[in-house]
Amino acid sequence: MGTFDVAVVGAGIVGTACARELSAAGLRTALIEPGVIGGGATAAGMGHIAVMDDSEAQFALTRYSQLLWKELADRLPADGEYLPCGALWIAADETEMLEVYRKQRYYSQREVPVEILDSQSLAEAEPNLRLGMAGALLAREDAVVYPPAVARFLASEAQHLGAELILGRRVATIGDDAATLDDGIRIRSRSFVVANGAGAPSLVTGLNIQPRKGHLVITDRYPGFVQHQMIELGYLRSAHAMDSDSVAFNIQPRPSGQLLIGSSRQYGSDHPAVDNAVVSRMLQRAFEYMPGLRKLSAIRAWTGFRAATKDKLPVIGLCPGRENVYLATGHEGLGITTSLGTAKLLADLLLNRTPAIEAAPYMPDRSYALHG
Amino acid sequence: MAESVDLWINGTPIRVCAGTSVAAAVLLSGEPVFRRSVSGEKRGPLCGMGICFECRLNIDGVEHCRSCQIVCREGMQVRTE
Amino acid sequence: MSRGSRTADILVAGAGPAGMSAAARGRECGRSVLVLDDNPSAGGQIWRGGESHSSGSQSTFWFRTFGTCGADVISGARIIDGDAKRRRVIAETREDAFTVEYGKLILATGAREMFLPFPGWTTPNVMGIGGLQALVKSGLPISGKRIVVAGTGPLMLAAAAYFRKHGAVVPVIAEQADWTRLARFTLQLRRQPGKLCQAAALRFALRHSRYLVSCWAEAANGEGRLESVRLRQGAKAWDLACDYLAVGFGFKPNIELGLLMNCRINDAGIESDDVQQTSQEDIFAAGECTGIGGVDLAILEGEIAGYAAAGRADLAKGCFRKRNRARQFSASLRRAFALRRELRSLPSATSIICRCEDVVWQRLEQMQSWRAAKLHTRCGMGPCQGRVCGPILEFLLGLQPEAIRPPVFPARLESLAAASEMEESIDK
Repeated sequence: MGTFDVAVVGAGIVGTACARELSAAGLRTALIEPGVIGGGATAAGMGHIAVMDDSEAQFALTRYSQLLWKELADRLPADGEYLPCGALWIAADETEMLEVYRKQRYYSQREVPVEILDSQSLAEAEPNLRLGMAGALLAREDAVVYPPAVARFLASEAQHLGAELILGRRVATIGDDAATLDDGIRIRSRSFVVANGAGAPSLVTGLNIQPRKGHLVITDRYPGFVQHQMIELGYLRSAHAMDSDSVAFNIQPRPSGQLLIGSSRQYGSDHPAVDNAVVSRMLQRAFEYMPGLRKLSAIRAWTGFRAATKDKLPVIGLCPGRENVYLATGHEGLGITTSLGTAKLLADLLLNRTPAIEAAPYMPDRSYALHG
Repeated sequence: MAESVDLWINGTPIRVCAGTSVAAAVLLSGEPVFRRSVSGEKRGPLCGMGICFECRLNIDGVEHCRSCQIVCREGMQVRTE
Repeated sequence: MSRGSRTADILVAGAGPAGMSAAARGRECGRSVLVLDDNPSAGGQIWRGGESHSSGSQSTFWFRTFGTCGADVISGARIIDGDAKRRRVIAETREDAFTVEYGKLILATGAREMFLPFPGWTTPNVMGIGGLQALVKSGLPISGKRIVVAGTGPLMLAAAAYFRKHGAVVPVIAEQADWTRLARFTLQLRRQPGKLCQAAALRFALRHSRYLVSCWAEAANGEGRLESVRLRQGAKAWDLACDYLAVGFGFKPNIELGLLMNCRINDAGIESDDVQQTSQEDIFAAGECTGIGGVDLAILEGEIAGYAAAGRADLAKGCFRKRNRARQFSASLRRAFALRRELRSLPSATSIICRCEDVVWQRLEQMQSWRAAKLHTRCGMGPCQGRVCGPILEFLLGLQPEAIRPPVFPARLESLAAASEMEESIDK
């Protein structure tokens, strides 16, 4: 196989996006994946391309990425299911409505097209919502995709650009000039990108990334039942809770007419089994917003593990104490959205180019991401 | 128990023996096509025992009902999907 | 909406022959028994439609015994989730959802027909052999209809005879197995004179039908409705006009509930020991879900499981000898009607494999794993949850299905949420 310029560990959406970007820059790239392309957290997530504003850094990466998705949309294969449905942040009451106003100002100042829906226009836009919601913020450029198919597309683009796919083998260790696979084979490479999500701490000592378990349920086909991705504003409280289990109303229309219903967040559970108690809580929250969901038929439920950092920002860049190991992980619930921006940023850092957005907030050496 | 049951299939009344399944009633009405598949193919019952979901119909406003496992009831409104 | 929680010493999943005999024996030992069954009434598939649609003294006996045993029976109920440690399941009916706390659980979930894809097999009026039979038992008249029966196994003869009895014309029964295997099987029947007589009687009833061996359906023709079937026997292929094509390539045990409850599975089905106990202490399994063996074996296994679940393994012992003999018969069945390799080349590039999601063969041919097939083609992602296409891909590609997750059957969202809603109301 000779020596690669860069070997990317993990062919989830982040790894495949990185491999594609690095191959496009002319690097001899390897992409190593033990399972199915896009079969880990990538397959478990919702595939919501969202702009977010928890912090300036989160906004910068999500917005940058969202625009990259818009650019890519035309070239995505049909099974990538890109659907520019927009997202509604639902305010249940007047207190939450204040957050809608704040978000509207925030995004408008940054030229993100958003719109406020009052109670009545929200009811017209989403007739299956419970009546009496205070209103919503419509993020027009939010979209949804089917992540496993997109990951496969990105991997095949990388392949066309010369990348080599090494499937069915797990990276056991990363040394200075080679990665050793679980079957003992060594993959020689000048540099490495660790992009295996919550599995990253097994390859990089001291990396503080916690698996955060989530549940999703998908229904049979009910075209038109929901028009937009919808998230309760209470979601932010749920996503922010750092140590307790939480659920929030989050629903997505799939192009198939199916509905994807989330979401839950749990720490300290490393078992992939579907937990009926969590699913129940999650669904009851959804019923509070959309009572009509009760009678719809669910056909599957599953779980996944988000790679969560303390400050809710991904780690992108050179691993402290290593000269040739880069990290691209810790994306928590935003891996699909930020995969494209992450790949650009990482390639820029690896090739000493000036990134389009400031890289400092995502640097792995920030104290909370690594310890010891 | 009544000897026969009257129900509606796509707006047309039909009378069947009590105990007849909705799937059998639809076939009896001369309609072998129960639903369109996701790519638009015409489909009818396959397994007859509630496993395959090919005989899905809208029954009394509820979508995706397995008609082979449901017995006809008086006044039932059945629509092919 | 009435929601509730139920309890039973013994919960039986399925009211086919095995479930009926298990429930009756459990009651006989004084235990409270609850039976949950997905079908509109008891009898399973073989005795579907109740006593009036089933022939023989055996069914009469068991319908009587079961009907008077005092077990609670809920028809039209599916178990959608369960927890072996807490000895609890969640079930739903069309109207309701409820939990059941059980002392012992007996899985008697039966089997489903195995299908193989070929061009045109998704055309309306191409049905399972058991499927068409079930529809006739559910009120579909077939008098004067032409029905071609194709596939494998002795049940083809029973089904064809049933169709004839209801006035249909069965021009051909196409058996994929060859003469050598069938002859060997018939020889073994000598040890079971009863079965040999049954076979002879069936053959006589079907004297007007051609029984072709090494023969199978190669294509179904018709636009929106079946018009004819193309049969193949060796180098010869011909079209035959018909109203229905009944196809079936044997049966697959319904092991999903066993998987959900963490019961060990073996080559035949849900693994069980001498007294039908599974690898889970409080869970028993009986009938076709433990391996395809026919109605006699199912009843015996049900009786044993019912006794054993009631703590009377001593009574179960009386059934061991008969059960073990019935098992030998089922083993010889499996050998005789093993599927031939040629059937793997039946689907064309554009034949649909996954009927829920319309995934065609050419998209699946190269798949290395069930997970890859699911994620990259949507195969098995529809409401049948891979129950039809899973066995097909196992036969065509050797792919092993993934671990099972709840809901083990499509269920209303409110039913999935039911368990904790009920717990909350108890807390309050």
